[in-house]
Amino acid sequence: MDFLRPASWEEALAAKAEHPTAVPIAGGTDVMVEINFDHRRPEYLLDLNRIGDLYEWEVGEDSVRLGASVPYTRIMEHLRAELPGLALASHTVASPQIRNRGGVGGNLGTASPAGDAHPALLAAGAEVEVESVRGSRRIPIDEFYTGVKRNALAADELIRAVHIKKADGPQQYSKVGTRNAMVIAVCAFGLALHPETRTVRTGIGSAAPTPVRAKAAEEFLNAALEEGGFWDNGKIITPSVAKQFAELCSGACNPIDDVRGTASYRRHAVGVMARRTLTWTWESYRGTDGRANQKGSVA
Amino acid sequence: MRVNFTVNGRPQEADDVWEGESLLYVLRERLGLPGSKNACEQGECGSCTVRLDGEPVCACLVAAGQVEGREVVTVEGLADFAKQRAERGGCATGACGTDGKAGTSLQDAQHWAAKGQDSQTGEGTELSPVQQAFIDAGAVQCGFCTPGLLVAADEMLERNPNPTDADIREALSGNLCRCTGYEKIMDAVRLAAARQGEAV
Repeated sequence: MDFLRPASWEEALAAKAEHPTAVPIAGGTDVMVEINFDHRRPEYLLDLNRIGDLYEWEVGEDSVRLGASVPYTRIMEHLRAELPGLALASHTVASPQIRNRGGVGGNLGTASPAGDAHPALLAAGAEVEVESVRGSRRIPIDEFYTGVKRNALAADELIRAVHIKKADGPQQYSKVGTRNAMVIAVCAFGLALHPETRTVRTGIGSAAPTPVRAKAAEEFLNAALEEGGFWDNGKIITPSVAKQFAELCSGACNPIDDVRGTASYRRHAVGVMARRTLTWTWESYRGTDGRANQKGSVA
Repeated sequence: MRVNFTVNGRPQEADDVWEGESLLYVLRERLGLPGSKNACEQGECGSCTVRLDGEPVCACLVAAGQVEGREVVTVEGLADFAKQRAERGGCATGACGTDGKAGTSLQDAQHWAAKGQDSQTGEGTELSPVQQAFIDAGAVQCGFCTPGLLVAADEMLERNPNPTDADIREALSGNLCRCTGYEKIMDAVRLAAARQGEAV
């Protein structure tokens, strides 16, 4: 095994081009487990810790450019206002020790269906900035996950940053596990209201071969909210609408039975989380943005 | 490969390090510092918790090559680290005004043993406040999880001198203990926080 320690991003790209089998390591919270347990013996480890650029973030007008290695701890501390869904998801990652090391770039690189960040990224809307010596490109998050632990990266590409849309409305994140800390999600759900476009986006984790959006559920809810004038009148969402939304979210799952839970439990739990997160975000919308539009009604 | 880094305030050099080796292995097997415990090797248990450039991390998940040029504090250096912090008003790394005597030598660290001060006679080794609190509160049973808990608890008290119970639970959520049921550990951290408050 060789340990490559590029001092700059350009050096890292050159190293990855020269050794396409090199395994990038940043926080190490996935890679080191595989090495410790002898599940993986890469020919080259490509250490990204010296590349300071990957630990920085910029808050732009519409989006946040989040460096691939920004630890979850920093996201929780500094980006709660801009990226509330991702901040909530970050808080469910493992433990303080892991959150001090791990970041979204690693979650994307590993592309496990159970990665905690994915549902939040899908719900918020994001693009993954990847680069190789051939050039840079941005992959829409919906096209990024291609299979179980597979992503759209080419062999010579590295993840540099994620561009995540700044929240324009309430966002929520929910995760099922046996305890609060140190659990791999049995399943997870992210929801973001986008009042500017009057749309809702979702993200489902650990309930399909890849993280997925519940697109049929989103379309149904978008239409129902529009039809009922909910965005303007800020009324409580009709229980039948919430129920239908939850059922469609369950239907978007394609889970398996495994040690953490059964397929039918996952489907059920995703429905419950969908209904709850819809209620939480909608209550928040009504309490803030929605209030101005309410016609003297009392919640 | 060779790895140069700072351990408990002193520069150290580890030779013949395998490229896939963890920081934990380097500390225990190359430097002879077995205070950081090796249990799950997957970041689940927190018993190998050390400070890496000030942040608590699982040493088993840090590749040895990643610590080149960086600063590590292990449980063996915790007493000195806490002392320096108290004396320097927050800076424990020695970065702000080194006198060359800061830190714990490898030899001292290798022979370090937790001989707490006897509350009756006042005899014994000086411990960090959190270590003394663990002894006084009876928070140590088999002791295997203790080093990781001490490093994690000490870091939380540095950051948050007046923690709520929820803060303590959150800060220690990455450290498993199979003996105590955590109640005595909670007592110990509350005690350390209270003593820290009195001392100011």
